Amino acid sequence: MSVTDTAWIDAALTSARPQAVGALLRYFRNLDTAEEAFQNACLRALKSWPQNGPPRDPASWLIMVGRNVAIDDIRRGKKQEALPDDDRAISDLDDAEDEIAERLDGSHYRDDILRLLFICCHKDLPPTQQIALALRIVSGLTVKQIARAFLVSEAAMEQRITRAKARVADANVPFETPGAVERSERLASVAAMIYLIFNEGYSASGDTAEIRSPLCEEAIRLARLLLRLFQSEPEIMGLTALLLLQHARAEARFDADGQVILLDDQDRSLWNQKLIAEGAALIDKAMRHRRSGPYQVQAAIAALHARAEKPEDTDWTQIDLLYGALEVMQPSPVITLNRAVAVSKVKGPEAALEMIEPLAPRLSNYFHYFGVRGAFLMQLGRNEEARVAFDRAIALANTTAEAAHIRMHIDRLMRDSQPRNVKAK
Amino acid sequence: MLYAILCYHDEDMVGSWSKEHDASVMQKLSVVQDKLAKQGKLGPVARLLPTTAATTLRKENPPLVLDGPFAETKEQLLGFYLVEGKNLDEVLDIARDLGEANPGGTYEIRPVGYFTRGSAKT
Repeated sequence: MSVTDTAWIDAALTSARPQAVGALLRYFRNLDTAEEAFQNACLRALKSWPQNGPPRDPASWLIMVGRNVAIDDIRRGKKQEALPDDDRAISDLDDAEDEIAERLDGSHYRDDILRLLFICCHKDLPPTQQIALALRIVSGLTVKQIARAFLVSEAAMEQRITRAKARVADANVPFETPGAVERSERLASVAAMIYLIFNEGYSASGDTAEIRSPLCEEAIRLARLLLRLFQSEPEIMGLTALLLLQHARAEARFDADGQVILLDDQDRSLWNQKLIAEGAALIDKAMRHRRSGPYQVQAAIAALHARAEKPEDTDWTQIDLLYGALEVMQPSPVITLNRAVAVSKVKGPEAALEMIEPLAPRLSNYFHYFGVRGAFLMQLGRNEEARVAFDRAIALANTTAEAAHIRMHIDRLMRDSQPRNVKAK
Repeated sequence: MLYAILCYHDEDMVGSWSKEHDASVMQKLSVVQDKLAKQGKLGPVARLLPTTAATTLRKENPPLVLDGPFAETKEQLLGFYLVEGKNLDEVLDIARDLGEANPGGTYEIRPVGYFTRGSAKT
């Protein structure tokens, strides 16, 4: 098998996976059986495709072969599960590429994939388990790859996924075609989960960014997949745009030592213009629907940053307005904190500081609150108070990069409050 | 004679390529393109952004704007334009103008991700 063959087959198996596992899950109603059936189909594909050439429709091929193999296994008594009624006609088909595959599964395509994604979003599963499960089941990453991205041992990740699967198996997700309301609820949960996957990669510190950025890419792939299934959903356009626009800055976010570089200080020539263009195109599409939502607003904010060639070109007035809209949709002290940064640019640090004072009780353990507060105080020349805020931020820092960044501010304060100040007087 | 070569592939699969694989494909293509460009045979080359970024205009009266790529199989690709627009609305206006001059059929509007002008004289 040539290298090109392997790359082709890998890509075909990866891209067919959500549809194939989703269809097999609908058929067998059991996640383990569906996964095993898909695994077996993949093994056969690896043998058959290099010899016989690629099938016209890899997903249908995998679904048919996976079903046949699993049914044969059940027949041979390897499994104790009851057989679905209509297995005979399918099991006897040798040519998996037959048109029947299309007819059997084409109409369910959308709901199969949505269901597969949705079972990973079970309410009782903590976010980290949701993400791990989705990466394993939907994306087909190996436990080793997922463990690496989460910076935990393989054994720990294996256990986490096994536990999540058991929880999902008990959940009894209905297999009937969902109604409109249920479908839109599922869509919202799935969108939130995809955003979690992205953030798991995006919130990495500099020294782990490279290991974790595949999570961002996988989230983007899933978002595009979801958007292809739900082409007219403005919030899914917004989600996809948001991920693309944030990921476009990946190359510029950390310096050579892995220290975080703030937006204002980033080398904008490193931003990925192709991703920015795609994100902007999606926002254009979403806006035509005039049904705004949190993902669309956040994407619009990201787009305003992305479109500014220099930091001083940033349209802060517009960003302030968008954060205002977001505050109404999703009231949260963190959003107000973000808005205050825009306000500090439009109206100055005093107005911004006033805006964040009331947030203190709710954000008393939030690193960014004290980082932002320190920055406002520093701009106002209230260096002593700034120093106190920065010290608190360092104590709350989640990563060494965050702490190092604040220390840089403190160093600047120290410099400013020493000889240079004296000279100025 | 000027020919258009239209590229079709499974988008899901191309989207599943690793960054390295995508870059290596683009690199191999650029070798061929450079050769053609030196011979003065290469016209404009465009790689389109994913179909999720597509909008479709059905040239009915009034024209109907739909999300997503062109999906009918009854109609065939008969030609294409490359136009410059600052956003989707401007390009939709252009498409409506064109559609008024030639009603019937569909325009699929796809943003371009990669573009070179080429060297061919025509």
